[in-house]
Parts: sequence; structure tokens; C-alpha cells
Amino acid sequence: AGKTTVDTEVLDSLEEALVSADVGVDTTVQIIDRIEKRVSKDKYLGTAELNKILQEEIAGLLVDAPDSGFRDFDVPADKKPYVIMVVGVNGVGKTTTIGKLAYNFKKAGKSVLLGAADTFRAAAVDQLTIWSDRVGVPIVKQQMGSDPGAVAFDTVQSGAAKGSEVIIIDTAGRLHNKAHLMDELSKIKRVMKKVIPDAPHEVLLVLDGSTGQNALEQARHFTAATEVTALAITKLDGTAKGGVVLAIANQFKIPVKYIGIGEKMEDLQVFSKEEFVDSLFSIKE
Amino acid sequence: MFESLSERLDSAFKQLKGEGRISEINVASTVKEIRRALVDADVNYKIAKDFTDRVREKALGEKVITAISPGQLMVKIVKDELTELMGGSEAELDVKSNPSIILIAGLQGSGKTTFSGKLANFLKTKKGKKPLLVAADIYRPAAIDQLKVLGEQIGVEVYSEPENKDAVKIAQNAIAHAKQNNNNIIIIDTAGRLAVDEVMMTEVANVKAAVKPNEILFVVDSMTGQDAVNTAKAFNERLDFSGVVLTKLDGDTRGGAALTIKYTVEKPIKFVSMGEKLDTLDVFYPERMAQRILGM
Ligand SMILES: Nc1nc2c(ncn2[C@@H]2O[C@H](COP(=O)(O)OP(=O)(O)OP(=O)(O)O)[C@@H](O)[C@H]2O)c(=O)[nH]1
Ligand SMILES: Nc1nc2c(ncn2[C@@H]2O[C@H](COP(=O)(O)OP(=O)(O)OP(=O)(O)O)[C@@H](O)[C@H]2O)c(=O)[nH]1
Ligand SMILES: [K+]
Ligand SMILES: [Mg+2]
Ligand SMILES: [Mg+2]
Repeated sequence: AGKTTVDTEVLDSLEEALVSADVGVDTTVQIIDRIEKRVSKDKYLGTAELNKILQEEIAGLLVDAPDSGFRDFDVPADKKPYVIMVVGVNGVGKTTTIGKLAYNFKKAGKSVLLGAADTFRAAAVDQLTIWSDRVGVPIVKQQMGSDPGAVAFDTVQSGAAKGSEVIIIDTAGRLHNKAHLMDELSKIKRVMKKVIPDAPHEVLLVLDGSTGQNALEQARHFTAATEVTALAITKLDGTAKGGVVLAIANQFKIPVKYIGIGEKMEDLQVFSKEEFVDSLFSIKE
Repeated sequence: MFESLSERLDSAFKQLKGEGRISEINVASTVKEIRRALVDADVNYKIAKDFTDRVREKALGEKVITAISPGQLMVKIVKDELTELMGGSEAELDVKSNPSIILIAGLQGSGKTTFSGKLANFLKTKKGKKPLLVAADIYRPAAIDQLKVLGEQIGVEVYSEPENKDAVKIAQNAIAHAKQNNNNIIIIDTAGRLAVDEVMMTEVANVKAAVKPNEILFVVDSMTGQDAVNTAKAFNERLDFSGVVLTKLDGDTRGGAALTIKYTVEKPIKFVSMGEKLDTLDVFYPERMAQRILGM
């Protein structure tokens, strides 16, 4: 291609692509400003160069996980069992993501134990039980309606006793503006510490990739209640781009670890910055 | 937000104090502010543009009376226009036929199964109907159990065929069953599906063709962002649905998807869902939704 002028037209279409991907106005403006600054000295540049700058600016907003072992479904040797607590608003894909994680950890040779601490949503325990059968990993569960903290406690205790390497705790979906439900989550988290003082080692916030700007509020409140350590974005097999995660990563400095791209246990991918940035600008039919 | 939007608009009008009417010049900067507020509320980018162009036309030449600031006047114009857009067509649920068949469809996790329970409960307790819930989601783990638990909570029978992997057949059999049991409402809960999933979209279109529903309700999560336009369009093209259900409005989302969907498919929003308990089904109030989107 010939030379591209980074003029208003190019920047406008860039802005449109970002906003249409749910990146949000603030973060979009920030990205555009930075690009404008970087190219102002040399006004003409090729599309390839512009793309490179764009990649860099956007990737710069995303944070890296402190430890890259998760890419191979490794867990730190000094944290055994490694306890992951999964949280998020209703219907985002927590339970499904747990099934997929269990599959991947098992495939990587780890022994996995699931904890059914969603004792509230209709048939939530049955759903996780089906996942545990499907993947072939054990599950700790109690009656529907029992105390989720007690289930989490039991799971961690049982996992520690039998030498599980990875424990994944499911929790009921809850909207972040409901204070009593958020308090309950903090309590579930605290209770695990009675068995393993530094558990949970990971609090994974699951976000639905089709969610708009409200995901920022979700990140804010779940972080306040449970100190979220990583994000998973689901349903990216659709046309939604999940761009709001850029704003979240930028604002709360939480790494994205996984993406969900379907309903089967194989449909989990480790997050890749490059692919994510590319997908923001691609059109899926 | 209402304060800050009208304040922001007021400051955009400052330099033209004393002018009696909203003019081309001062409306331009305020339109930008309004557009931004809408996009922040998840209204689709293009629709926000379209909508504010309409507002601009409306506002031009509007007389500014001293009692109300130009910013407030603009907000009022926006709110009125939004309210009108979101109301409009008849929003009553058609349950006159015996039996009336209601097909529920939407993306994964949007709240279809929960809404099916709520609707059954509403029609049973408020309209004196005898509903049958049909578990036509043959994919999601424990989907049938979930619906059964809900049915039990509200005392409504649930029709299911755990071994049958044909959603169309299940729906047809359910209708036969309903006729024998004098159920006058049949609510068919379907699996969540993505609009780009051709096989799954064909399945639900086939269910529609087989049972000829009186109502097809498209259930959508009110937290949905920019993609609402694609999803609404695709589901409408395949199903020509009769109404929209907005769920999870008990959250704090601004809910701009409501405007996006209304604007895109021109179908009425028939219900809103504001909680996980089965008694929280609400009718839709356009003005409340307009205020919510504007953060008022
Ligand atoms: N297409 C697609 N569907 C997904 C993905 N992840 C989850 N789902 C579907 O989304 C729906 C909700 O998933 P769940 O795992 O039950 O979500 P949850 O967060 O546990 O829900 P609650 O416990 O009710 O809050 C199910 O139909 C899943 O099959 C994904 O990556 N892609
Ligand atoms: N807070 C709140 N939660 C809701 C509402 N409607 C549904 N939910 C919750 O959202 C989650 C998903 O609801 P479901 O009814 O299972 O959604 P679905 O569309 O049937 O999901 P799939 O069948 O997997 O596609 C559950 O945790 C519900 O309890 C609502 O109005 N408010
Ligand atoms: K959702
Ligand atoms: Mg769940
Ligand atoms: Mg369902």
C-alpha cells in the first residue's frame, strides 16, 4: 500500500473501531491521543507502521501476569494445593470456565478438585457435577441451600488432605451492587484461610465478552470484595470483541489470563495480547 | 450523571448567553456531549450518532425560556425523544389463543430459563392461566434440572424428554401433552445460542416453524455492550420475534442496549427482569429506561 496520512479520517475510523469494540470513550480517547502524539513529528506513514504503533499502544495498556506458568497450566511448586476461586456476575460463564480449566489442568498432569460453592442457583450443583464427570475430576458438594463458605472450607480441607494440586471453587453469580452478596463472597474467601493461610492463591473474575461499560463496575466491586488477581473473558466466539477489558486492565492493572471461545471443555484459550488486539479490528461475519 | 450532563451542556451554552433560541453553533458542542453520554451508557456508536442528529433537528430554533437553562432544555429534549423511541408500539403479551405458545430465545446466559419461570409464575398467579414449561435446551449441563427446580418452586409442570436430542420433536410433543392436560399456556425454554452459530440458529428457526408460536420473546442481558445491534438484528432476521425482555436490571448498568435494540429492530420491550427470584417480573416503562440511560 501507499502512504497513509494519519489525518482526521484515519483517526476517526480508528475511534469508531475501538468504541464499537466496547473499549469505551475514555480509553479510546487516551489511545488516539497517544497515537496522535507519536505520529505528529512525521505525519506520513504506511499502514503497516500505523498498525504497529497501534499494537504497541494497546498492548501497553494490558498488563502481564507476574508469573507466566499459567500458560502451560503449571502451578507454583510452593503453593500446593493451588486454590482458585472463581467469581463474577450472573450467567457470565463461571461454571463452564471451571469445567474447561479442570480439563486443561488435568491434561497438564495435575490432580484437580472442584468445590460446588454455588448452592443457590437452581441446579448449579448438578451442572458442576456434570462437568466433573465429563472431565473426570472429583467434586466436593453439599445440599442446595447450604452455606457456601462451609462448602469452600470442606473442599480446601479435603484437597489438602488428599494432596490435590489444583482446587477450583465455583461461586454463585451475583451482581456487584448487592452489598450483602459481595460480603458473602469476602466471607467465602476468608474461610479458606483457616485451612491454607494464603488461599485462595488466585481469584479469577469472569467477564462476559459481550458486556459493555458495566464490566468496569464489575471489576471495581469484585476487586474491592475479593482482590481479584486475574480475568477470564468468555463468549468471544461470537461477534462481541470484549474491548472493555482494555479499560479494566488499564485502570485496575489486572492481567487477563484466559478467554472462552465456546461451550465445550476444549474451548478455552490462554490470552494472547497480539491476537486480542488483532481481533479488535477484525470483522467477523 | 443527570447533573453532570446538564452542567456540561450548560457550560457549552455559556458563551452564547442572552440568545433566545438554540442555534446551530451552540447545539453542535452539546450534541457531542450527549453522544458521548449515550456511548458511555452502551448505546451503539452509530445509533448514538443518528439519534443525536435527530435531537439536533428537534432542538434547533427551540425557544429558551429563562426558567430553564439551555442545558436542561437539551436534556429534556433528549429524554423526551428517548422515551418516545422506546415506547411506541403495543407491548401487551398475546395470550388469547388456547393454548398460547411462547417461544423464548437469546444468547447464552442472558436469563432465558429464569425468565421462563418468572413468566409462568406471572401468568399463573396474575392471569389465572395454567402454564406448561417446556425444557427444549438439550445442550447445557443440567438445563432440564434447572427448569424443573424452578417449576417446582412455582407449582408449574415442566415437560422434558431427557433422552431426546431433537428440540423440535420435544416442542411438538409438549404441545400434544399440553392439550391433553388442559394447559392453556406453553412456554418453551430454548438453549442459549450465538447469532453466528448457523446450526443453532437453524434449530430455533425450525422450532418456530414447527410450533408457530403466538409470541417469540428475545431475552437480552441489559449489560450488553455494542454488540447488541448485531445480535438483535440476527435473531430478528431468523425469528422475527414479537418482543424483547431486558434482564438483570437490578444491576447498575445504564442499559443503553435497550435503545440500540429498539432502534434496530423496532420491537417492543415487553418485560424487564430485576432479580433471580421468580416474583420479580416487571413491565417496561419507557420513561424510566430513558432516565436510566441518561443517568438521571
Ligand atoms: N458461546 C459460548 N458460550 C459460553 C462460553 N462460556 C460459557 N458459555 C455458556 O454461557 C452460559 C452460562 O454459563 P455458566 O457457566 O452457567 O455461567 P455462570 O457464570 O456459572 O452462571 P451463574 O452461575 O448462573 O451465574 C451457558 O449456556 C454456557 O454454555 C463461551 O466461551 N462461549
Ligand atoms: N440478578 C439477576 N440475575 C438474573 C436475572 N435473570 C437471570 N439471572 C441470573 O442469571 C444467570 C443466568 O440465568 P439463566 O436463566 O440460567 O440464563 P439462560 O439464558 O437460561 O442461560 P443458558 O440457558 O445457559 O443460555 C443465573 O444465575 C440467573 O439466576 C435478573 O433479572 N437479575
Ligand atoms: K450475559
Ligand atoms: Mg455457575
Ligand atoms: Mg437456560
